[in-house]
Amino acid sequence: MTLLEFENLRVSLGDRPILRNVTLSVAAGEAVGLVGESGSGKSMTVRSVVRLLPEGAAVTGAVRFEGADIASLGAAGLRRMRSRDVAMVFQDPRAVVNPVRTVGDFLTEVLRDQGVNRADALRKAAGSLSEVGVDDASRRLAQRPYELSGGLLQRVVIAAALLTEPKLILADEPTTALDVTTQEEVVAILDEQRRRRSVALMFITHDLELAAAVCDRIAVMYAGEIVEILPADRLHTEARHPYTRALLGSRPGTVPPGQRLRTVPGVPQSALTAPPGCVFADRCPHAEDRCRDTRPAFRGSAACHLLEEVR
Amino acid sequence: MIGFVLRKLAGVVATVAVASLVIFGALYLAPGDPASLLAGGQQPSPEALAEIRERYHLDDPFPVRYRHWLTGLLSGDPGASMVWKEPVTALIGARIGTTMLLVAYASLVILTVGVTAGVVAAVGGRKVDQALTVITTVLMAAPAFVAAILLIWVFATTLSWFPVYGSGSGFVDRIHHLTLPALALSGGYLAYVSRITRTEVRAELASDHVAAARARGLPRWTVLRRHVLRNAAPPVVAVSGVTVAGLFAATAVAEQAFGVSGLGSLLVQSAARQDLVVVQALSLLLVTVFVVVNMLVDVLNAVLDPRLVREGVA
Repeated sequence: MTLLEFENLRVSLGDRPILRNVTLSVAAGEAVGLVGESGSGKSMTVRSVVRLLPEGAAVTGAVRFEGADIASLGAAGLRRMRSRDVAMVFQDPRAVVNPVRTVGDFLTEVLRDQGVNRADALRKAAGSLSEVGVDDASRRLAQRPYELSGGLLQRVVIAAALLTEPKLILADEPTTALDVTTQEEVVAILDEQRRRRSVALMFITHDLELAAAVCDRIAVMYAGEIVEILPADRLHTEARHPYTRALLGSRPGTVPPGQRLRTVPGVPQSALTAPPGCVFADRCPHAEDRCRDTRPAFRGSAACHLLEEVR
Repeated sequence: MIGFVLRKLAGVVATVAVASLVIFGALYLAPGDPASLLAGGQQPSPEALAEIRERYHLDDPFPVRYRHWLTGLLSGDPGASMVWKEPVTALIGARIGTTMLLVAYASLVILTVGVTAGVVAAVGGRKVDQALTVITTVLMAAPAFVAAILLIWVFATTLSWFPVYGSGSGFVDRIHHLTLPALALSGGYLAYVSRITRTEVRAELASDHVAAARARGLPRWTVLRRHVLRNAAPPVVAVSGVTVAGLFAATAVAEQAFGVSGLGSLLVQSAARQDLVVVQALSLLLVTVFVVVNMLVDVLNAVLDPRLVREGVA
């Protein structure tokens, strides 16, 4: 069953396009990874789900949650969706948890707003904390963000996301701001909890391996477009878009130690400067004339003119 | 937290101690001979001058005089006025109520109107913001004595809503008398507090944790109260504290302009007449009030944002 659907979603700020054409669906309980370079529109795609776009952003196309167009939601309906159906986990827990309020305040405020009494809300919060592996929950509830490590605080954010029993979690690079040692723990907890509750997940990351480990499907974004979507377990064997391949080729593990790391040649294209043809044409090693002139349609799993030729 | 308060208290005592030395020293070095002033207008006889010098310890060396003054202050007797021939405590006691009322009145106006205007400017959209910016700019640019003249002209002489002069008696009458002085006094400070509030609220509105709170579906008002205003409060409180503390000295202008008999006008008159004893006592009182109010603000801020206590330890 389709939980979330993007249909020809375009977002622009003034004359500046941010998302050029995003079509993607997420089934209930499914995890979809969004991968791509900075500025490719991953965050905007995810934020458009809860209408958390910059002021003045113009949106065409549709985002549908459980079949209902999000653009048609009124203020109350939007708040209801944000507080009950969809939860977000952000990149830097230090920035998103109010620094002067307690962890308990942060965890319970949405429940309290929904009419749960204080004692019940605190009990649920403590339960949620122990589920994400935070010990000594009652003490943690009285602490403030600066008394917790980044990894611990991100678990608090995950606990808060789970607390309202959402159907979808939007995780925007949840580990980028953390130490390498705590990154895996945090992702493992998020993965385990969302599988147990069969919550759908949209997972933004730069890390292809991580996305493949956590997600069912991977969508690769470039310059405000999705250029390829494929099952996570076939990422390495069936990636066909030259950009996906270039990304796979530039992972640090692909060259022997001591050699120069491989990169994707050229400069990342932004949605603003994207050419009329294929967005990746100027960096693509296989590009032909038609690539530069006509926009490739999405065929099968990728948007590329050369799917048959490039092997 | 207790340690934090104790450290702050120690700071208050040290500041007041240093201030007492500076105040006493400055007036000690000031030109003019208090003895001839005390003797009155006529040519005093050398014997009379010597007698006065003896009575006020004017010939003693500086440390002795300072110690004498300090022990007097600490035992609750700062001495008698040289001009009014009355104990300083009686002079201050008769006026402090009026000044405190005036400061409280002006503070109330500054904080309620200033903070409200700041929040409205920050959340009310561009037109509202621009209008308030114009108003606050005018208020900031107008000094208290100019505001006083305008207020007297409009509300006292033209409209006759408020008295032109005097302190009034009884609470309601005093409030009535103090309204124009309080307004004259608050204008610039109000604009200042409003600007700071606007900036701080704006910064919080743009912060990630406020975006996150919105993303969690909290109602607009809850986000504003619990995340925006709560977090914007410490700097606003700090600025307001300095403002209120400074009002005790700033009342001098408003009290003089409106003929209100308070500490400010007493200070101005005493300074004009070289009444050293009164000036010293009042100056130290003003410093003490300023430092104590600031300490209270620091403690309040530490309650609002406990990180401050920890930073104080580190």
